[in-house]
Amino acid sequence: MKEEHAVIGHSVPKIDGRVKATGQARYTGDLRFPNMLVGKILTSPHAHARIVRIDTSEAERLPGVKAIITHKDVPSRKYGISPARWDENIFCIDKVRFVGDKVAAVAAVDEETVYKALKLIRVEYEILPAVFDPVEALAEDAPLIHEEFPRNINAEIHQEFGNVEEAFSRAFHIRTDTYVGQRTYQSPIEPHSAICMWDGGKLTVYASTQSPHYFQYYLAREFELPMGDVRVLKTFVGGGFGGKMEPTGLEFGGAVLARITGRPVKMFYDRAEMFAHNRGRHRQIMELTTGVDRNGKILGCHANFIMDGGAYTSLGIASAYYAGALLTLTYDFNDYKFDMLRIYTNLPACGAQRGHGAPQPKYAFECHLDNIARDLELDPAQIRLLNARKPNTVTPNSFKINSCELTACIEKARRLSGWDEKKGKLPEGKGIGMAVGSFVSGAGYPIYRTDLPHAAAIIKVHEDGSAATLYTGATDIGQGSDTVLCQMAAEAMGIKYEHMKIVSADTETTPHDFGAYASRQTLMSGAAVKEAGEMVKEQVLEMAGAMLEVDPKELDCKNATIFLRSDPEITIPFRNVARKFFVDKGPLVGRGAYTPPKLGGSFKGAAVGTSPAYSFATQVSEVEVDRETGEINVKEVWDVHDCGKVINPALLHAQVHGALFMGMGEAIWEEVRFDKNGKIVNPNLSDYRLPTALDMPKVTSELVESYEPAGPWGVKEVGEGATIPTMGCFANAILDAAGVRVNSLPLSYEKVWRALREKEAEGKKAPKPIEHEEGYTGELAAYEM
Amino acid sequence: MERIEDKHGVKRYLIQITVNGDDRTLLVKANMLLVNVLRDRLDLTGTKKGCELGNCGSCSALLDGKPVNSCLVLAVEADGHEITTIEGVAQSDELDRLQDSFVENAAIQCGYCTPGMILSAKALLTRNPHPTEHEVRQAIAGNLCRCTGYVNIVKAVLAAANRPENEIRGVA
Repeated sequence: MKEEHAVIGHSVPKIDGRVKATGQARYTGDLRFPNMLVGKILTSPHAHARIVRIDTSEAERLPGVKAIITHKDVPSRKYGISPARWDENIFCIDKVRFVGDKVAAVAAVDEETVYKALKLIRVEYEILPAVFDPVEALAEDAPLIHEEFPRNINAEIHQEFGNVEEAFSRAFHIRTDTYVGQRTYQSPIEPHSAICMWDGGKLTVYASTQSPHYFQYYLAREFELPMGDVRVLKTFVGGGFGGKMEPTGLEFGGAVLARITGRPVKMFYDRAEMFAHNRGRHRQIMELTTGVDRNGKILGCHANFIMDGGAYTSLGIASAYYAGALLTLTYDFNDYKFDMLRIYTNLPACGAQRGHGAPQPKYAFECHLDNIARDLELDPAQIRLLNARKPNTVTPNSFKINSCELTACIEKARRLSGWDEKKGKLPEGKGIGMAVGSFVSGAGYPIYRTDLPHAAAIIKVHEDGSAATLYTGATDIGQGSDTVLCQMAAEAMGIKYEHMKIVSADTETTPHDFGAYASRQTLMSGAAVKEAGEMVKEQVLEMAGAMLEVDPKELDCKNATIFLRSDPEITIPFRNVARKFFVDKGPLVGRGAYTPPKLGGSFKGAAVGTSPAYSFATQVSEVEVDRETGEINVKEVWDVHDCGKVINPALLHAQVHGALFMGMGEAIWEEVRFDKNGKIVNPNLSDYRLPTALDMPKVTSELVESYEPAGPWGVKEVGEGATIPTMGCFANAILDAAGVRVNSLPLSYEKVWRALREKEAEGKKAPKPIEHEEGYTGELAAYEM
Repeated sequence: MERIEDKHGVKRYLIQITVNGDDRTLLVKANMLLVNVLRDRLDLTGTKKGCELGNCGSCSALLDGKPVNSCLVLAVEADGHEITTIEGVAQSDELDRLQDSFVENAAIQCGYCTPGMILSAKALLTRNPHPTEHEVRQAIAGNLCRCTGYVNIVKAVLAAANRPENEIRGVA
């Protein structure tokens, strides 16, 4: 299978490395247009309140204020991501549903004036009872957040594959564990911003977005414009991680302010507003019951989850399905049941954060499986090897797995980490843990129903043949898709990476692509790019055949040189042929499109989790726990990935580093916390603690040989998959080190300390009730620890 | 510091700063932040804004060679001082060795933290040309990156530090 490639498989430097290293790269917030105004949104200070009156008169009189808008000035059409659950308005009409809900917006000559004007808008509220906990929100007498959703149930999922009860009846051992995930926030370093402007009836939006296409689609829908009259351009984007997938009040409100004033309007969030807009990780209560045979082979599993969705649906409907759907990927069992309630609360809406719904359930499952291994006195690596999925299998929920090197990943991680020498043999306070994961390489179905291809590409070779420009809707948000897709284009055409230019993610100049989510671009956008490149190559070889008077089938092109296969000494430069093509026939253009095959079963929700291919990974971590303080020191982490053919090894490993880093933050420190009124108490980057350079342990990122038949050149995803095992891997290492299991995220020093003290007390007397941390409310306390 | 008052009674101060070697004379309000002077008045948008609270380090600039969060410095405080921004790190078309090393070592993903990272690293290498890995981590601990896990950033700084002395160019 080892084919020599000239461009792919090599760690070429990023195509945008230089502009980013010199400060030349312009992000949306860096752009300025003549006569531009600055705009901001006024948000609700209350978690749940009826809007009685909005008085903007005083604010309007402030010199420099150019426009103030409320719900009366904007379309009242509800929007969202999932058509069945469009539940958000540009500005709240009757009531606000969380601290941070959108009420009005101002455009003014400068930032200072905008802030002053916001303070002068008088909103009279009638405060309503609010609910912040999903279990409390389910109660019959709980305040209703959306009248159309009784008992605050935003989504209810009940799926059963095979017969779990029957599987349990055959089990040697059945165990139930309950875990609690927490709200985290993507925290890209670049705050969201958007610049809107009109040219007659045409709206142009520069946005910090992961998907210009979805922005274009939803903006056009909201303002009843043909999609051709909405242009969305991505500039450089300073990270997304799922938080910049959907249009916000910045684009909707900004478009209206720009229309009213006839001037470009730049809207932006500050850091606290980013936290309030949120769309980060849901808090989930996850009960898992699994039956195994005497050897530890999994026979069946029941996942019973409740999710705190916050005030709106956002991408959360997909998160809810993903939470259960992806649990079937890594281990081979036939009987599976998944129940989920996604509940509205008066907190910021949750959505898709790196790994989407999957990392928390996987954390829960990997802890649960380690507990089962302990019950049966099995080695955690052994129980994983016994159950590991094999290639060319189908999951109980109808996901077709082609390539799968999970067994090789486990074996290699075991070897690299010295697992066999360390497990059970480390000194007191030190421990080692393992977890595995898997993720989709692009979603099998788009967010709204459409038969458009998922990705498309155009390549234009320049007139003199010295360069080629790739036009793609794929969205580089830092992960490096521009670079990887240029490598793929160059490879397919047979030219050099250095010849490539790229125009990406501009809905007017680039062909349609759904954007950067579900780890889709290397496989899906890559497939379209490959097809476009091959079309260029075919035309060039045909022209070269005519020029050399040979059959084009006898020719090939590599490193921008066309040669005769049978006699590689006979060559002609790509450049000369491409130039002649332009002179004789006009523009030399290639195009490609990618639509995934029909995937998945026919049950309700069958689409979520389908993908042409799945990555697999194993992580091992070694930690040290201070028994006096509960402090966790992560010593070293190993990640071994099956991600198919690698296009750019340096960028691939960099994705693993970043995913591990996020998973580590989420495992130990990160949590969005609220006071008793639903206000975020840590909406900043000092109290919401991201790991710093001093916190990062030694990281080893390795691969196993793999080829995916469904991907161009055999590629699969990596960007999100590396987040999936991390939290479970740390939790298992902490259990190994300290002998205590903390069943709620984050696995904070305090919780570990409490668990250690509780364990000490256990021998002496019955454990005392655990005091829960300030900021928690209601029923969740029951699930702590 | 000279000041003028407009018809609304708002005072503005005349400041003189040297930015990337160029003398700049500006009229600013007392509450104007250095980061906003750099970005909005001088169009040096390589200096980023991530939090405006001094937590993220995206707005790092060098004030008389020392790294500062320019969102925590008032423009009037910078009066009479020398400032280096990311735009002043490469003095010509040729990249500084740190910039080059960041590109070569895949230390850049979204790039939003990159200018601040490079400036913090630059200040470190100026005062300590051969830092240990721990010293590198300490020097950039005030610069948050959400993409890289710092793995390749640390690698890039160490690689730049280990280049031959004659390639080293000081700042300001």
